[in-house]
Amino acid sequence: MALDFVFWGIIGFIVLIALIFILIYNGLVGLKKRVENAWSQIDVQLKRRYDLIPNLVETVKGYAKHEKTVFENVTKARARMAQATTVGEKAGAENFLTSALKSLFAVAENYPRLRANENFLALQEELAGTENKIAYARQFYNDSVMQLNTTIHQFPSNIIASTFGFKEQEFFEVESPAEKKAVKVKF
Amino acid sequence: MIYERIAANKYKSLALVIFFVAFVLFLGYVLGELFWGPGFGSIALIIAVVISSITALASYYYSDSIVLKISSARLLSRKEFPFLWHSIEGLAIAAGIPVPKAYIIEDSAPNAFATGRDPKHAVICVTTGLLQKLNRQELEGVIGHEMSHIKNYDIRLMTMTVVLVGVIALISDMILRSFFWGRHDKRDLGKAGIILIVIGIVLAVLAPVIATIIKLAISRKREFLADADSALLTRYPAGLASALEKISKDKEPLEAANKATEHLYIVNPLTKSSLNNMFSTHPSIEDRVKALKTM
Repeated sequence: MALDFVFWGIIGFIVLIALIFILIYNGLVGLKKRVENAWSQIDVQLKRRYDLIPNLVETVKGYAKHEKTVFENVTKARARMAQATTVGEKAGAENFLTSALKSLFAVAENYPRLRANENFLALQEELAGTENKIAYARQFYNDSVMQLNTTIHQFPSNIIASTFGFKEQEFFEVESPAEKKAVKVKF
Repeated sequence: MIYERIAANKYKSLALVIFFVAFVLFLGYVLGELFWGPGFGSIALIIAVVISSITALASYYYSDSIVLKISSARLLSRKEFPFLWHSIEGLAIAAGIPVPKAYIIEDSAPNAFATGRDPKHAVICVTTGLLQKLNRQELEGVIGHEMSHIKNYDIRLMTMTVVLVGVIALISDMILRSFFWGRHDKRDLGKAGIILIVIGIVLAVLAPVIATIIKLAISRKREFLADADSALLTRYPAGLASALEKISKDKEPLEAANKATEHLYIVNPLTKSSLNNMFSTHPSIEDRVKALKTM
């Protein structure tokens, strides 16, 4: 009789542990998927801004043909954005592009007829909106990464994380001090 | 600070809900047993839960279209108010939920609400007054608050709470009716029996009131939670704090609001005063602003 009890007790205990393992594993998978989804969100907004820029450059060129450096900077920054692959590269390129756009809008301030142009105003609003969304997407990505990284390190999920190869993810942030300078933007 | 505030609000509302469910079960069973005899407690409870659930589920599914029609809101096209669209899309990204639909009420009183049974079928509605009178950071604070209600499934939670209130109201109703019209054998009730009956009647009368108080307590906790979550989304609690002060100081009445929809708005449109008692749907503006300023 007693042996039966012990036997079933052990079975029950094993089942409980298995259930906990499954819950933790699924939790980790969920967090990882959220990070991937958050990353693709950033990509969507970055691409949106990338696509808006040629139109903006043409509109401004229509009124300010001679401001060559500003246009060159924007084009270069945009090209660099297209070549970036890792999280770190994209973060750096993103900051350069933001700073180049900031200069472009600063230059536009000197051309009142450009500033009154409806097309320009609409583009300005769209770009500002997209910049905001990039900021929010980065925030969500970093929040998701924080949750995943924390869970990977906490006990007992760290056991399962290392068993199944869940790796820490990189935060979307800027590395070098020079890139850090080109951050605060207000259009 | 924000994270602790959020966790505290979540636990408090969970505790309230658990207490509420236990209260309902206890009350239904006891009153049923007391007044209808042994075994009837469970039946009374089951009937009440079924009826209450059916009515609540119907209202839950159609809650968004009903509320929008009552409030004469109209669907916004993407071309109108681009900043509002950008805010809603941006905050939906930050919250990790699908983008809710945007509706507008033509009224110069500033206010906003969110409805819809889950994030996939969600709606955020603002008044034209809100768009005119608030600056961009204040507007984002308000949208963040509404987005948090959607993300936290508050509409679903309040519907469940309404089910519970309905269950208690029905049980109390059934009990009191059957007592006054019913066929009770009052002959062999000793003193103890009569006291029990009296207590039972008092409970039956008070229960709906207690249930409503619990429901409103849950509602207030969720409002605090939505404020804290909004601060987390925007990383700028001062925006929402300033918006709340502006909205509550505005003297214009919101014509589309009535008793059925008042609890949905970010600031109760019918009782904008700083009342903070057991019967308020929202915490007082002072308490909300104070909480935001200390984040």
